[in-house]
Amino acid sequence: MSTARSHPLNTAAAHAALIIYTLIALFPVFVIVVNSFKARKAIFREPLALPDAESFSLIGYQTVMKQGDFFGYFQNSMIVTVVALFFILLFGAMAAFALAEYRFKGNTLMGLYLALGIMIPIRIGTVAILQMMVATGLVNTLWALILVYTAQGLPLAVFILSEFMRQVSDDLKNAGRIDGLSEYAIFFRLVLPLVRPAMATVAVFNMIPIWNDLWFPLILAPAEEVKTLTLGSQVFIGQFVTDWNAVLSALSLAILPVMVLYVIFSRQLIRGITSGAVK
Amino acid sequence: MTDRPRRRWHIAVFLAPAVLVYTAIMIIPLFDTLRLALFNKGDDGAVFVGLRNFATLFGDPNWSRQFWNALINNCWFFVIHMLVQNPIGIALAAILSNPRLRFAGLYRTAIFVPTILSFVIVGFAWKLILSPIWGIAPNMLDAVGLKSLFSPWLGKESSALTTLALISVWQFVGIPMMLIYAALLSIPDEVLEAAECDGITGWAAFWKIKLPLILPSIGIISILTFVANFNAFDLIYAAQGTLAGPDFSSDILGTFLYRTFFGFQLQLGDPYMGSAIASAMFGVILIGVCLYLFGIQTRIRRYQF
Repeated sequence: MSTARSHPLNTAAAHAALIIYTLIALFPVFVIVVNSFKARKAIFREPLALPDAESFSLIGYQTVMKQGDFFGYFQNSMIVTVVALFFILLFGAMAAFALAEYRFKGNTLMGLYLALGIMIPIRIGTVAILQMMVATGLVNTLWALILVYTAQGLPLAVFILSEFMRQVSDDLKNAGRIDGLSEYAIFFRLVLPLVRPAMATVAVFNMIPIWNDLWFPLILAPAEEVKTLTLGSQVFIGQFVTDWNAVLSALSLAILPVMVLYVIFSRQLIRGITSGAVK
Repeated sequence: MTDRPRRRWHIAVFLAPAVLVYTAIMIIPLFDTLRLALFNKGDDGAVFVGLRNFATLFGDPNWSRQFWNALINNCWFFVIHMLVQNPIGIALAAILSNPRLRFAGLYRTAIFVPTILSFVIVGFAWKLILSPIWGIAPNMLDAVGLKSLFSPWLGKESSALTTLALISVWQFVGIPMMLIYAALLSIPDEVLEAAECDGITGWAAFWKIKLPLILPSIGIISILTFVANFNAFDLIYAAQGTLAGPDFSSDILGTFLYRTFFGFQLQLGDPYMGSAIASAMFGVILIGVCLYLFGIQTRIRRYQF
């Protein structure tokens, strides 16, 4: 009985704690976005107020649009992320299928070899990666970034996808074999559609780090025409550091696409994490 | 077994793309970087110098001061994450995992928002908020009567690193929260009901039943945090620049590597010393991962339901 009586109080405390933390989590985003719509004076006079008719201003956004090629940056980020995800999923699923489906000499060893990259960050090899990209002429191209992110994403993708592919029923695959399907057809037509949820999880896990990375764009592709959104906003903000309207607007523009992606994929992301895909 | 003698080419076809890309872009550069650490600039191209780069890195007072400074700062960065990020993450997950809690999905989604933002956004946003020019932080402290506590934290040598670590904690608390939340959900109801019959509820149930059961997850979070912290770079670079100021007080291994490898201001970049630092980072991460795999993971007791 005592637990029942203390229950409402406990619930209130739980909500209070969660609300406080939610405010802490969202406050900086709120401050940045709200102030990006205000005139310079209002930003400093009342930083926490919402923009009203008097203080509303789009001057920051005008500067950003005039001075920085944010659409170009956005396009570059989009190309790099989408193409890298495509390769991670395709190559990762193929390798995962080979490891999960066939028994061959060196299977375990190959699995371990591919899993090495889960724990060892690819950044350690940056010096040699840059030399290689210079030697092959890929420096300052989007391909340099796509290749690096594909290599970075593959280990975890193979690991997660092979776990899921082991659960696909053998009867189904054997039925396909009796019907005369080739191994490739079994993979593409029977197995891939069945592991789609796991593929989505892998995609969401990889999407955010690729989109947000600053290190490799800075080192491998710093030229203006191949800048990603993350690097582009970093450089832009560095140049306009005293123009608060422009800085706040650039930050808001950088937040926008990630938030849109997050709203679309948050359910998938959270389901992916909580389903124990990473163990 | 009739296809025994036939070569099963399809296995190679399935494996080839992933293995090729992974080997060419990740494994070979990794070992090439370790190899480059043994070379230095000579009269014509690179010359083999053995371990002399490491002797410079650890022995030359200029280099070793910077290296140990970065390493110690990096350790402090990690300690703050372990002491602040993981307890907060566990506490939030414990509250969220109550099945009768309403709006749990909403809280979860909102608390995870900072994790999806890029370091550039996070670094600049906090720089602006903590800036004495704008005055959001001092005004808010003023509102609760604590204005005297305010100081330009990011600009002071004594507090810059801790402030950056806390900003990073703010950003990444969602990850331990989610992983612990998942672990808590996977505890079967029967176990908790059995405990309830024995009179163990509420806090006691958390400390005595749930916490031991989620220890493996806490171990995984710790090693993930370790690896992420010891190759962190972006946040410090975005907030403090290449020099990791003030006076290198927020310098960590990632920024030290970038500065050495790429150069800054008038100093030219040095790929060989850069490789030596990258190799040292590799060593640190390897030691950490091995300690976890052989020292911790094998000792944690796992329960199968």
